[in-house]
Amino acid sequence: MSFTQNIMDVSIWRGDAQAGAFAHFEVPAQKSQTILDVVAWIQQHQDPTLSYRYACRVGMCGSCAMMVNGVPRWTCRTHVEKVLEGNKLEVAPLRNLPVIKDLVTDMDSFFDKWIAAEGRHHPTASRLDPIAAISPESAGRVKANAGIECINCSVCYAACDTVASNPDYLGPAALQRAWTVYNDAKDADKQAVLDAVSGVGGCHNCHTQGSCTAHCPNDLDPMTAIAGLKRVSAASFFKRRKARA
Amino acid sequence: MIKPHRTHALWFAYILHRLSGLGLAVFLPVHFYVLSLALTKPAELDSFLHWAEMPAVKLAEFGLVFLLAVHIFGGLRLMALEWLPWSPNQKTLAASAVAGAFLLSTTFFLQAI
Repeated sequence: MSFTQNIMDVSIWRGDAQAGAFAHFEVPAQKSQTILDVVAWIQQHQDPTLSYRYACRVGMCGSCAMMVNGVPRWTCRTHVEKVLEGNKLEVAPLRNLPVIKDLVTDMDSFFDKWIAAEGRHHPTASRLDPIAAISPESAGRVKANAGIECINCSVCYAACDTVASNPDYLGPAALQRAWTVYNDAKDADKQAVLDAVSGVGGCHNCHTQGSCTAHCPNDLDPMTAIAGLKRVSAASFFKRRKARA
Repeated sequence: MIKPHRTHALWFAYILHRLSGLGLAVFLPVHFYVLSLALTKPAELDSFLHWAEMPAVKLAEFGLVFLLAVHIFGGLRLMALEWLPWSPNQKTLAASAVAGAFLLSTTFFLQAI
């Protein structure tokens, strides 16, 4: 039997915020098939009521992330061949986020925390001012660049056990964004970032388990970004104590 | 069973550090209690030390040393990870150097005793 004739046993989580269960589907395997292809095939050929979210299909928009065999992944860039376990696939909505329906999660809390972590630009100049030249090799720019390819897919948020146990924790993506803003020479309010990330749900909750870094589909390193925030917020705390004394 | 999203080296390093810490936390109060017997009940301490000569207890002491070693290196790893703004390559090199030095010095130490 060739690979193209193989029929896979696919379990898809069906339900809403209240209750749900895995439904089983038989899906023909194809060459270069992605997890998103499998989900789309089920919706088009077996159950048109299946809900899931996607947009770009090329790993840029960050909307199609799901749990695949217990691991959070971007489904449009995850090949079935790489994750198939004994001809079985289990696809579930992202962990740590409330389910709206089937594979669609409510990502409000994820984006609200992005704002809560002060992951937004605080301008130093207006559009009337000349553009400040920033050397790409400068230390701050190198640190800021490390996190700018984040596509907000929430894979790190779903992988994080600290988010699972502490609903107030800002999570790896929001904290990595805060670290990027903190290192941006064109950002005017670094203290606002430090205050936002060193509070109750801030960077010091992180247990350095590294699941964010291990699973980031863009090979970013939120764990190291959070360690950076821990360093600068601790240093700022001791500096301010010294200044008061 | 370990959940699939946890099966990576960083999480194993975390759980090893956490479990060795819990193991040591359980051991330490017992350890201090036994030490205190030297002042309060020397006869009981002697009988305990006699009991501790058994091969099974000696073997368990290796486990204790293992917990301590794992926990020390886990702590050093965590401090390096969080407090030293090194690149991942620099951290790997530093960890390899420490591991190599530990291996060499332990080999010489074992030769000496």
